[in-house]
Amino acid sequence: MTRITAWRRHPLARYAVLIFALALVGMTYTAFAQAGKPADAAMAAGKVDDVAEGKSLFVLHCASCHGMNAQGTTTAPTLIGVGAAAVDFQMSTGRMPAAAPGPQAPRKPQAKWVNEETTRQIAAYVQSLGGGPQVPPAEAVDPKLGDAGKGGELFRANCIQCHNWAGAGGALTQGKYAPNLNSATPQQIYEAMVTGPQAMPVFNDSTITPEEKRSMIAYITQVREQQDPGGFGLGRIGPVTEGLVAWIVGLSALALAAIWITAKKRQKS
Amino acid sequence: MSDDLKTVPKAITGPSTFLDDRLGGANFLKRNLRKIFPDHWSFLLGEIALYSFIILLLTGTFLTFWFKPSMMEIAYDGSYAPLKGVMMSQAYASSLEISFDVRGGLLIRQMHHWAALLFVAGMMVHMLRVFFTGAYRKPRELNWIIGVLLLTLALAEGLTGYSLPDDLLSGAGLRITEGVAISLPLVGTYITFFLFGGEYPGEDVISRFYSLHILLIPGILLALISAHMVLMWVQKHTQMPGKGRDNKNVVGAPFYPAFMLKAGAYFLFTLAVVAGLATFTQINPIWLFGPYTPADVSAGSQPDFYMGFLEGALRIMVPWEINLFGTSHAGTLPLSVIIPALVPMGIIMTGLALYPFLERWVTGDNREHHIADRPRNNPHRTSIGMSAITFYGVLWVLGANDEISAFFHISLNWTTYIGRVLIFVAPALAYLITYRMCLGLQRFDQAVIGHGVESGVIKRLPHGEFIEVHTPVAEDIEAHLRGKEAVPMLPVAEDGAGIPPKGMRGPLGKLRGRMSKAYGGEKIPLDDGHGHGHEEEHAAIESGDDDRSLTH
Ligand code: HEC
Ligand code: HEC
Ligand code: HEM
Repeated sequence: MTRITAWRRHPLARYAVLIFALALVGMTYTAFAQAGKPADAAMAAGKVDDVAEGKSLFVLHCASCHGMNAQGTTTAPTLIGVGAAAVDFQMSTGRMPAAAPGPQAPRKPQAKWVNEETTRQIAAYVQSLGGGPQVPPAEAVDPKLGDAGKGGELFRANCIQCHNWAGAGGALTQGKYAPNLNSATPQQIYEAMVTGPQAMPVFNDSTITPEEKRSMIAYITQVREQQDPGGFGLGRIGPVTEGLVAWIVGLSALALAAIWITAKKRQKS
Repeated sequence: MSDDLKTVPKAITGPSTFLDDRLGGANFLKRNLRKIFPDHWSFLLGEIALYSFIILLLTGTFLTFWFKPSMMEIAYDGSYAPLKGVMMSQAYASSLEISFDVRGGLLIRQMHHWAALLFVAGMMVHMLRVFFTGAYRKPRELNWIIGVLLLTLALAEGLTGYSLPDDLLSGAGLRITEGVAISLPLVGTYITFFLFGGEYPGEDVISRFYSLHILLIPGILLALISAHMVLMWVQKHTQMPGKGRDNKNVVGAPFYPAFMLKAGAYFLFTLAVVAGLATFTQINPIWLFGPYTPADVSAGSQPDFYMGFLEGALRIMVPWEINLFGTSHAGTLPLSVIIPALVPMGIIMTGLALYPFLERWVTGDNREHHIADRPRNNPHRTSIGMSAITFYGVLWVLGANDEISAFFHISLNWTTYIGRVLIFVAPALAYLITYRMCLGLQRFDQAVIGHGVESGVIKRLPHGEFIEVHTPVAEDIEAHLRGKEAVPMLPVAEDGAGIPPKGMRGPLGKLRGRMSKAYGGEKIPLDDGHGHGHEEEHAAIESGDDDRSLTH
């Protein structure tokens, strides 16, 4: 038996190892925590800047409708508690700042001053007012990580009564409509679900888990990118356009053929 | 036409003599090969339906090789990725298999569906042609009734076929079918349980629809179509009025070779249109709809176009409901479902079936007719037809009110309110407008007969006036116009003592008399004694050159 093996067999050896391991973990932790701290602090500082910056942007562009403290007015709802996700969704889709009043604020090109930075700043400001859903991290909305089959089932169960089976959109009552889902980015799809813009219900994390949301995003993006295997897709709205084509293309072609076949050559006299 | 085309060739007389020696049938063949068919483009419309049906039989048979009419749940394991692992019925899975894993399967499926749409559309335009030309009159009433049955059966065939793939969209249709069946008073529940083999949706409905769709209904359709053709053959086709045509002859081309060639070409046209549509335009993309589960329903759920008018009726109906004996325990009569499901269909189908008989009752016209009416020459009939088309059309358009609302950004509620008004107002308007147009066209004919057609030649008279020279109409066109005949009328005049003739007494008789007077008679006589002012000019232009054509 060598000396080393003798030590290893010593009754106290296991305690020594345990203490050593704990010390190692502790040290690593502190090291990382130390390294992390300045970053965190910087982020927090940035946030403070963002919030301040956001507030001034808000006063400039949004307060006329939403009130000086985002408390809401008769024209627009309060933004306290809607969260950064709502602001990001509304601003990145160009809906906000709203233009003309109507049944529903439509997706439109963004205003010139709106970009990722200004959006983040206003979002930080609104988030600071009363919390609410946060902007999702990139991997939460990565379609490649989702299961399209599962997502399709959830999509059919929760979304198509308004958005149609292929996300082609559809009409709601009183001039409102569910838009098509062709232009929404994965992040916007996620944010739409957690914030429920306008007539759309909120699908929070207890109704549909974040993982399920990612699967739905996978389904939506796969289906909309897919080339229609059967030829021209006719807007993917089903029997209405099919019927129109049957009559306007099919039947008129055949009527013309009938006229052509039976046309007499007028006899020259 | 060269001489050898005028005789039946050896290749046909040979075998027919052979058959004649044994069966005595050659005469039949010879006689029928020379059968005359009149020529007018609208007489080919029925053939769209006929040829589409043939295409349906062929493509449908192909589909049966792979389709599994079973509602057993399985996990999908085919090549369409977004549905991988999803639980679905075998019927749906096998339709996906046809679409993605059978060579040519998608093309054939799409041809089947496009042909189905053209089948029904072809029947509809054919029927309208028959209606507006009065070709349903004696002796063709039976064939008209067969046609109405064919149309009804085609709707049933379409509905059952549409449900087979068991996708989310067809499931919505099935759900409505169930809703209608269960809303029937007293028997509703029993009928639904019988149809679905228990509680909706059950396990049986697809296999039952399958038997109906590929066996029973096509069988009846085939039998009725054959009867339709035989009757048409025996009674001969009607012809448009024209030179040398009367109620006793048929002017046209013989079945062999001229008509057979045209019919053959037309079959190829139909096939080309169906195949072309199926190649380039997607129809019924069931993979996008997803499998049917009763809990899911989609925006934009619509039936195929031929069911659209029922959908529209359902959508504009006001939510009326009657609780029997004032309590819902004794049963509820959901008028909001029963009325739209049964009334428009009832009005249209019964109206169609009865029209020949109603018209005869009103006009008292018992003669045989082999000359088609020009629509303008029976203005009330034409107006009734247009009115019915408008009624149907309004319902049809409203069946798609959600798409209209989304596409044109009109409030969905407004489409409904407007629809409720239009369904009553539009048919009435259509009636009035059509009636005016018919009389206007009759006046135009009168002018053509009276003054001739404008020649385009301007002539200056000695005293300086310019006139356009009118030439008399070509002989054949004049014959076509003169085919007009007053709409018959009952003898309604009262005798000296103010007593109406027999059969015109009593409330019903009086109504009949009044209707006859309104419906029948000559509104705008062709030769109305208008001065033939430019008589001398007529001779100035050579008659018989060929660009003085009028459309038929
Ligand atoms: C012209 C008036 C107007 C302006 C300007 C405007 N909004 Fe709005 N905003 C509205 C109205 C109205 C609604 C409510 C829409 C609805 O629910 O139909 C709304 C809704 C919102 C919502 C969604 C609230 C929720 O409950 O999800 C957010 C977030 C929002 N606005 C942010 C902004 C921001 C950020 C700006 C400035 C860039 C802005 N808005 C400018 C009128 C306006
Ligand atoms: C009650 C109907 C309804 C349901 C259910 C619904 N939505 Fe919506 N959705 C809407 C409406 C209305 C809007 C438009 C809101 C607006 O313009 O602010 C919308 C907007 C969206 C947008 C933004 C589209 C764009 O182009 O900006 C996305 C993405 C979206 N919905 C996804 C979903 C998903 C995913 C589901 C299912 C979990 C769902 N929706 C369920 C009604 C609905
Ligand atoms: C006797 C002839 C016919 C046969 C054997 C037949 C057979 C079939 C089969 C097996 C299917 C299901 C397969 C599938 O959809 O993928 C089907 C679907 C269908 N059939 Fe037919 N059919 C016939 C006639 C008709 C007629 C006359 C009509 C129209 C009025 C019609 C309308 C339809 C429709 C609309 C579908 C759904 C097609 C789709 O999935 O896109 N069929 N038919």
